[in-house]
Amino acid sequence: MDLTFSPEEEAFRQEVRAFIADARPQLPDVGAPELANRTKEDYLAWHKLLYKKGWVAPLWPKQYGGTGWNVTQRYIFNEEVADAGMPTTLPFGLNMVAPVIFTYGNEEQKKKYLPRILSGEDWWCQGYSEPGSGSDLASLRTKAVRDGDFYIVNGQKTWTTLAQFADWIFCLVRTDPNVKQQEGITFLLIDMKTPGITVKPIIVLDGAHEVNEVFFDNVKVPVENRVGEENKGWTYAKFLLVNERSGIAGVARSKKAVERLKEIAGAERIDGEPLIDDEDFARKIADLEIDLAALEFTELRTLAAESKGRMAGPESSILKIRGTEIQQRITELTVEAIGYYAYPNDRALGANEFIGPDYALGEAGHYFNMRKTSIYGGSNEIQRNIIAKAVLGL
Amino acid sequence: MDFSFTEEQTLLRNSVSKYLADNYKFDQWRKFTRSELGRDAGHWKQFAELGLLAAALPEEHGGLGGGPVDSLVIMEEFGKALVVEPYIPTVVIGAGFLKAAGSEAQKSEWLNRIAAGETMMAFAFAEPKGRYNLADLSTTAKKQGAGYVLNGQKAVVIGAPWADTLIVTARTSGGQRDRNGISVFLVDKKAKGVTTRDYPTVDGLRASEITFENVEVPATALIGAADAGLPLVEQVTDEAIAAVCADATGAMKVLVDTTVEYSKTRKQFGVPIGKFQALQHRMVDMFVNYEQSVSITLMVTLRLGESETERAKAASAAKVTIGKAGRYVGQQAVQIHGGIGMTDELNVGHYFKRLTLADTLFGNIDHHLKRYAALS
Repeated sequence: MDLTFSPEEEAFRQEVRAFIADARPQLPDVGAPELANRTKEDYLAWHKLLYKKGWVAPLWPKQYGGTGWNVTQRYIFNEEVADAGMPTTLPFGLNMVAPVIFTYGNEEQKKKYLPRILSGEDWWCQGYSEPGSGSDLASLRTKAVRDGDFYIVNGQKTWTTLAQFADWIFCLVRTDPNVKQQEGITFLLIDMKTPGITVKPIIVLDGAHEVNEVFFDNVKVPVENRVGEENKGWTYAKFLLVNERSGIAGVARSKKAVERLKEIAGAERIDGEPLIDDEDFARKIADLEIDLAALEFTELRTLAAESKGRMAGPESSILKIRGTEIQQRITELTVEAIGYYAYPNDRALGANEFIGPDYALGEAGHYFNMRKTSIYGGSNEIQRNIIAKAVLGL
Repeated sequence: MDFSFTEEQTLLRNSVSKYLADNYKFDQWRKFTRSELGRDAGHWKQFAELGLLAAALPEEHGGLGGGPVDSLVIMEEFGKALVVEPYIPTVVIGAGFLKAAGSEAQKSEWLNRIAAGETMMAFAFAEPKGRYNLADLSTTAKKQGAGYVLNGQKAVVIGAPWADTLIVTARTSGGQRDRNGISVFLVDKKAKGVTTRDYPTVDGLRASEITFENVEVPATALIGAADAGLPLVEQVTDEAIAAVCADATGAMKVLVDTTVEYSKTRKQFGVPIGKFQALQHRMVDMFVNYEQSVSITLMVTLRLGESETERAKAASAAKVTIGKAGRYVGQQAVQIHGGIGMTDELNVGHYFKRLTLADTLFGNIDHHLKRYAALS
């Protein structure tokens, strides 16, 4: 057992730090309120800097343009990025569809799609959820019927994150309705410019336009856009879901958020004293930090196992459950800390307008928005079912 | 022992609930809370005509002679419909101060106007660094001739954009956070030196940041005795807490019912999700939380007239219960509805927001746990 990092790893950490220090001035100010509705360029700014450095795809094998980092290096990198408050790169292209393509796609698909995902030229979105399917993903009904060299796709996807910016969507479609649900599904890559696709915004609780409905009306998709075999899409879909859950614990980001919470609690006053010195409030923060420490070591244990070549299994469900619960508690406590200044609806106020202290800006909205984390990516109820079945054998 | 409502109270409930069902549907609510005014100007007049604004006021001043239980009935129904009109600031707080300590002249002038729907009030008590301590005041009112001069800043004054009259707490003597030296004033919002910055709140209300700069008010603006206002402020905020609790139980009722209904129709893995025991138990807990909230709201409402300590303990107990229950019911309602519960289009999220902020108003769980413990 060993918790220390080697001199090489420490040197790597310094290299990451130097890179971030250099990159920061080139990025839009992500904390600024006018970015509440961010542009595509804002989202991609950090991606492009990482791409130039060759660091945009830590999860990819080196031969396709990945970093070739080991598990520890990835951990260090993520920690430094979160600690510096840098934005995340969007996962849909880099961490979701790309691994499916380099694992199950053919040579042409790898050549066509991977470089453009790396460079940020193509923006991908995920066509998994459907109205009525939710966590029961295999019940999806969007259908694709083979017509010569094409599939004709009809149906609807929902909760499609940032589809308003997407060039491509990776979709699960039903190609055989007469077999077991999981057996008649195919994995298609669809150009968002194809006629027949309509994107309609869904506005969520904090007023953000983050997710969409995507409608397919006789959309013609070339057969060459199919990944792997027809009707075998469920295998690729499951592979992708495991990747989706990696990193979902969000430990480094939560640590940063706790630090911010402490700053806020240090600035707020209760009977003239800093709120952070209030016994009750201090205890709640301590409780949170302890849970976070346990989660961090749970994540490190899975990483350590992974570095020895073991694939992440149902343990990722533990990370999803605890990670999202902790993220939600941090936002809850942050709202509690700011007291009455949780009330102003900042989004309705327009750019650069503050009511109350600047640190209160957007915090209530963030709390409402973060309720999604226990719902998406397979709800926490589903994650508990997975553990019950796969780990406890119930 | 009898917890039943009188015939009049039942009639009152039916008339509020019918009016709101006809005129205050969720899609209408969405429209007028997003309009420039933030409400539909017709409702307040209708509330007056239906006798809602007069229900809890004394008969000799244009009221119908009811009390806190009538307010409870009205607020529960208001909570179910997410009513945004300032019943609490105007009828519970404004009239509350006047009933308890107003001069005869103040009472006859204002209570009649409140009952008739001719005024809207807002309670300017919280300050940017004061958190929930009602005595933590930097706003000052200095004696000048027969009147006073107000200076200071008030935070998140709910309903102020619609109000013509403000009830303001200020320090007439003593140091910051002293229990003595606090006074309560009625201030015309149009008075010289009053500046407001209006904005919408996340739960669909309107509020203002208010600055008082050398605002001159006459001696008749003072409610009750100078320097001795804090017990009065505590009494009225406890009454307001009872009303907030009733509002929150109304909102919880809608979320419990809606979630149970939804779980019977929404299918996953071929069965309605309500068949899953894990969700059943959570909906049972939502229901238990709701019932506990109904009980404690009754308790505080019935104890508002008791000794200061009993009243304060009841109010804090209610606020803690509602804070916890509202959070649980709101979060679970969103979770069990899944993605759809996260949307702005569905009513569920808006009840969740209302309940979230109900915990903040007049002191959150921690504040009232401490207050309760100190009184016990």
